[in-house]
Amino acid sequence: MDQLETQNIELQLLLQAIYLRYGYDFRNYAKASIKRRVLHMLVKERFSSISAMQHKLLYDVSFFERLLLDMSINVTEMFRDPNFYLALRKFVVPELKKYPFLKIWHAGCSTGEEVYSMAILLKEEGLSDNTQIYATDMNELALKQAKNGIFDISRLKQYTANYQKAGGLESFSDYYAADDEHVIMDKSLKKNILFSDHNLATDGVFGEMNLIMCRNVLIYFDRELQNRVFRLFFESLGTDGFLCIGSKESVRFSEYSDAFEDVVKNDKIYRRLGSATD
Amino acid sequence: MMFEAIVIGTSAGGLKALSTILAALPSEFPLPIIIVQHLHPHSDSYLAQILDAKCQLKVKQADEKESVAGGVVYIAPPNYHLLIEEDRSFSLTCEGHVNFARPSVEVLFETAIYAYRDKLIGIILTGANNDGSQGVKKIKQMGGYVIVQAPATAEADAMPNAAIAATKVDKILPIKQIGPYLLQLINQSKKVR
Repeated sequence: MDQLETQNIELQLLLQAIYLRYGYDFRNYAKASIKRRVLHMLVKERFSSISAMQHKLLYDVSFFERLLLDMSINVTEMFRDPNFYLALRKFVVPELKKYPFLKIWHAGCSTGEEVYSMAILLKEEGLSDNTQIYATDMNELALKQAKNGIFDISRLKQYTANYQKAGGLESFSDYYAADDEHVIMDKSLKKNILFSDHNLATDGVFGEMNLIMCRNVLIYFDRELQNRVFRLFFESLGTDGFLCIGSKESVRFSEYSDAFEDVVKNDKIYRRLGSATD
Repeated sequence: MMFEAIVIGTSAGGLKALSTILAALPSEFPLPIIIVQHLHPHSDSYLAQILDAKCQLKVKQADEKESVAGGVVYIAPPNYHLLIEEDRSFSLTCEGHVNFARPSVEVLFETAIYAYRDKLIGIILTGANNDGSQGVKKIKQMGGYVIVQAPATAEADAMPNAAIAATKVDKILPIKQIGPYLLQLINQSKKVR
């Protein structure tokens, strides 16, 4: 066995150690990205091997927290993929308006930019008062930032452009206050959002949802974990519930392909079919 | 040496350079060719379509979890990093920019090394930054093969120059000669076997 295969064994052991010690389960994440991050951390922190790094993170919680920040990717933006929000407005909102009360689950919401995007869209469509949004993530720090609703002002120009392209009906500046460095989202947007801790790799079903958003999270998972999550979403959606995933993700290659029909194919908006069949 | 995959990184001026290389390859070219071309994040998948129309090989945007197949040219989608898993399938991520780029050449090259080790050919073409220079260094450390476009023939010479400065590359070639040279290299390696 050569050194590279030994390194792969060390990586598996590291992920197992993280799971056993801290409960975060990266064992079924797509490996290439994880490996790249671990190897970069290895060089940066001057460890001689992954095993040496494993020893450190088993005993040093703060070191683990730094590694965790590096391993859980928290890159997002307001109205990411504006076309998706345009499609949501055009094809999904009219259906949502038929329900007296709505439950929306935003799984893997990261620092919350897209949760606020959804809250703005619902407000403009007159749906906020009868909607409950559950925004969840496994990363506590990201979730805390999402809850605060305070973002870096450097991306405001892009967010404003995205909002307009996404079919925004008002002026984006109606929804925030700004100082030199920050954009502070309007408190009223938070009224119907419940932020909570949930890990898609290890936690269970979330109530009867009318819509689940989970965009650019599944790409980090291997096939097995993707199937687990699609099952979780299937079981968490009410009949005819909507599922919205990232533009490069698809339910079509999963075990749950037959359980969803396309609503807007290119924007990866699906609708749950029938009842559970197992 | 039996090569199993080719990875290419390019930025400014890349479309023309890629067209030149790919047009020189016949439809029975056996290796997969995986390309990162820096693009505007909101540009669509036109690059694959344009190149597909210009060459005999099939050119497509790489899909998440798709298996890498020989004789196909894959392009990284705009605004995602393209990675190769050790089972030789693609992964996409939206982690932060690397070398100010997403997709980044570095990310593709590094993960291609995990998957193909010394059976990898890395090529750096025209570009106005240094993305990929650490990647070619790692390809050489692993025992793979590196070709760089001759800076004088590049629309932007920073990327080729950075690659040449980072490691001892195997070949520096004018853009027109890279395609024919690849054919020669692959045919030679077949005979050796």
